[in-house]
Amino acid sequence: MKKITGAEAILRSLKEEGVDTIFGYPGGAIMPIYDKMHKEDCSIKHILVRHEQGAAHAAQAYAQVTGKPGICFATSGPGATNLLTGITNANLDSIPTVFITAQVPSHLLGSDAFQETDMVSLSMPVTKWNYQVTKAEEIPEAIAKAFHFATTGRPGPVLLDITKDAQLNTLDYRYKKIKSIRSYNPVPKLKEDDLNEAVKMIKESRKPMLLAGHGILLSHGEKELLAFMEKTHIPTAVTLLGKSAIPEDNPWYVGMLGMHGNYAPNILTNEADLIIAAGMRFDDRVTGDLKRYAVKAKIIHVDIDEAELNKNVQADLPVNADIREFFKAITPRLNYKAGGEWLDEFEKLYKTEYEKVIQPECYPENGKIRSGEAIKMLSDKTKGEAIVVTDVGQNQMFAARYYDFKNPNSLITSGGLGTMGFGLPAAMGAQVGAPDKTVVLFAGDGGFQMTFQELGTIFQYNLPVKMMVLNNNFLGMVRQWQDLFMDKRYAETNMPTPDFPKLAGAFGIESHVVTSRENLETAIEDMLNSEGPYLLEVKIEKEANVFPMIYPGSAVDEIVLE
Amino acid sequence: MKEMYTITAFSENHIGLLNRITIIFTRRHINIESLTVSSSEMKGVHRFTIVIEEEEALVKKVVKQISKLPEVLRAAYYQNDEIVYREIALYKISIESAIEKNLEHLLREYNARMVDIQKDFVIIEKTGHVEDTEKLYDILRHFGILQFVRSGRISISKQKKELSSYLSELPINEYVKA
Ligand SMILES: Cc1ncc(C[n+]2csc(CCOP(=O)(O)OP(=O)(O)O)c2C)c(N)n1
Repeated sequence: MKKITGAEAILRSLKEEGVDTIFGYPGGAIMPIYDKMHKEDCSIKHILVRHEQGAAHAAQAYAQVTGKPGICFATSGPGATNLLTGITNANLDSIPTVFITAQVPSHLLGSDAFQETDMVSLSMPVTKWNYQVTKAEEIPEAIAKAFHFATTGRPGPVLLDITKDAQLNTLDYRYKKIKSIRSYNPVPKLKEDDLNEAVKMIKESRKPMLLAGHGILLSHGEKELLAFMEKTHIPTAVTLLGKSAIPEDNPWYVGMLGMHGNYAPNILTNEADLIIAAGMRFDDRVTGDLKRYAVKAKIIHVDIDEAELNKNVQADLPVNADIREFFKAITPRLNYKAGGEWLDEFEKLYKTEYEKVIQPECYPENGKIRSGEAIKMLSDKTKGEAIVVTDVGQNQMFAARYYDFKNPNSLITSGGLGTMGFGLPAAMGAQVGAPDKTVVLFAGDGGFQMTFQELGTIFQYNLPVKMMVLNNNFLGMVRQWQDLFMDKRYAETNMPTPDFPKLAGAFGIESHVVTSRENLETAIEDMLNSEGPYLLEVKIEKEANVFPMIYPGSAVDEIVLE
Repeated sequence: MKEMYTITAFSENHIGLLNRITIIFTRRHINIESLTVSSSEMKGVHRFTIVIEEEEALVKKVVKQISKLPEVLRAAYYQNDEIVYREIALYKISIESAIEKNLEHLLREYNARMVDIQKDFVIIEKTGHVEDTEKLYDILRHFGILQFVRSGRISISKQKKELSSYLSELPINEYVKA
């Protein structure tokens, strides 16, 4: 058998796992791998980012739009530590990602060598699994394990830290994908008893409600969910990360849960007599005050991760199962339809929300441009078919609320970590993963400035991302809290912004700024009709707030409209 | 109500796993009363014995989070009456006081033994529960204790089919090495 170097083995192993795209940034310790990638016969595409954090966010978004794991390379030391925010983000949102960081030669480990950081320890709390490879022979198995852990069960980020000598030394290479590991049971078996009990509980309910989370998308269970809704007519709400699992015009779709979710599903959470929580984890942004959450409901909680069951909310029936399997199995057994009066209650509250919040936000007649109207207009013009990427803050909540999502995995947003600066690099990764789709970014002026160096990457690869910067000259979401809870003491949230079109121009990116309502439509059309990347700065109402809102510490049914 | 719980976990022997497990406790500000790690009867498999004082609901959550680690084979928790458990304590006493105060008689009474005798001191060993080793400590204090050390807890469950009996049923991880 011909011996190859560790670096070659890494690339060949990645190919075995179907990798064709890597986001990364070179440096001393990882140079052997880059050297092998430079060869002509290396079919893997490498996207050179401008900051490793960008690579991590891009890889995650790539994973979300392609359904394949996202891969990232970074060198030892600062290259590796720059990944940490992105790894943490992928961890909290359960995105299958494989991070490969280089490490100083193994004989220098522990000696504070140049650019040595203990990446395994640093990433331990924020990875599903990680491992330091110090010998070339370990590479195939380590990579096979990394992919197995990242992509199965509840997915998540894994990290391999590979010493430089392991990259340079040679090994007898043979690759084999891993099918199972004895200490790891990624797919729990759905139990007959649980199914029977769930059927019984559903049949007995008069006001059932389904809460669909990210698990639906992660298990590719959208069809099974829709079939369940179709059959049972159970009103179904989504979490932020569950958005786009259900087309928003579905008759039983009742909106988004949580702090800035829709009025009806939040209020009626406390009226429901049965809650079926499907692949969601009762995050505090969804539940508000836990003591006053789902007060009248029995709870069926289905999740693939047993540790989520009874973690935040005590379930009457915890079901440890893959959510897709659950719906597949239960739908044919159910002969049940929820009553129309129950759905009407949602409709009634929606009307109130529409009049008080949605109508004035999306169709205002005077004043400055509002985020909601810009997003709604974009939603209409793209017919809900775009991949929407958001940054964090008001822009994120407005985008989630007012874009009418049609296709699964068409909202890419930072949920669990709420990472400002996520948007632009994620949009770039989404576009790499879905080159033929319209990818639209909504970002605030603050978050955009956190990672805008990726404009360089967007320019270099001519990625036709449509970037809409909603500029309110404020760190809007924090200002909103200062407005509501701190007597408008706007401490350090008022921020002068650069000339965004000029900034885009410096990277050779087309751009435009729009300040008035009458020009908004043309501006959006111009952006969408442009061939390449495009930045549209929208000067919006400076002190607009996102409503409805469940104030911190309040119960879900205390949600306010203004 | 907070009570003593003993958590037992079996894992693949991997560098860093101890760290991963302790993070689960430190994140939640749980004080680990004692922690013992050793190889199990099966090659390559390690056994963790962790003692904490917490409410059962929280212990359950923690055990699930340990079980979830990809390299943990199994984890479970027990109350004191479900296990047989021991700590070992060593006491160093000066030779003069040992001779002077009729130590041997006392050791017999407390089921302890002398494990080493040197020119200047003797070393006494006692196994038992914390209360037992503490009681002996209180007695020996009057002799003047030069040094004292106590181990973490080890335990075995009283169930017939103990966690470790699953070990023998474990398959071997297959990975073809070149
Ligand atoms: C990295 C990071 N730092 C700080 C925060 C706290 N934070 C949440 S929203 C927000 C304001 C965002 O302002 P901007 O990007 O302008 O968006 P807007 O809310 O105005 O849409 C801040 C500072 C965060 N989420 N992430």
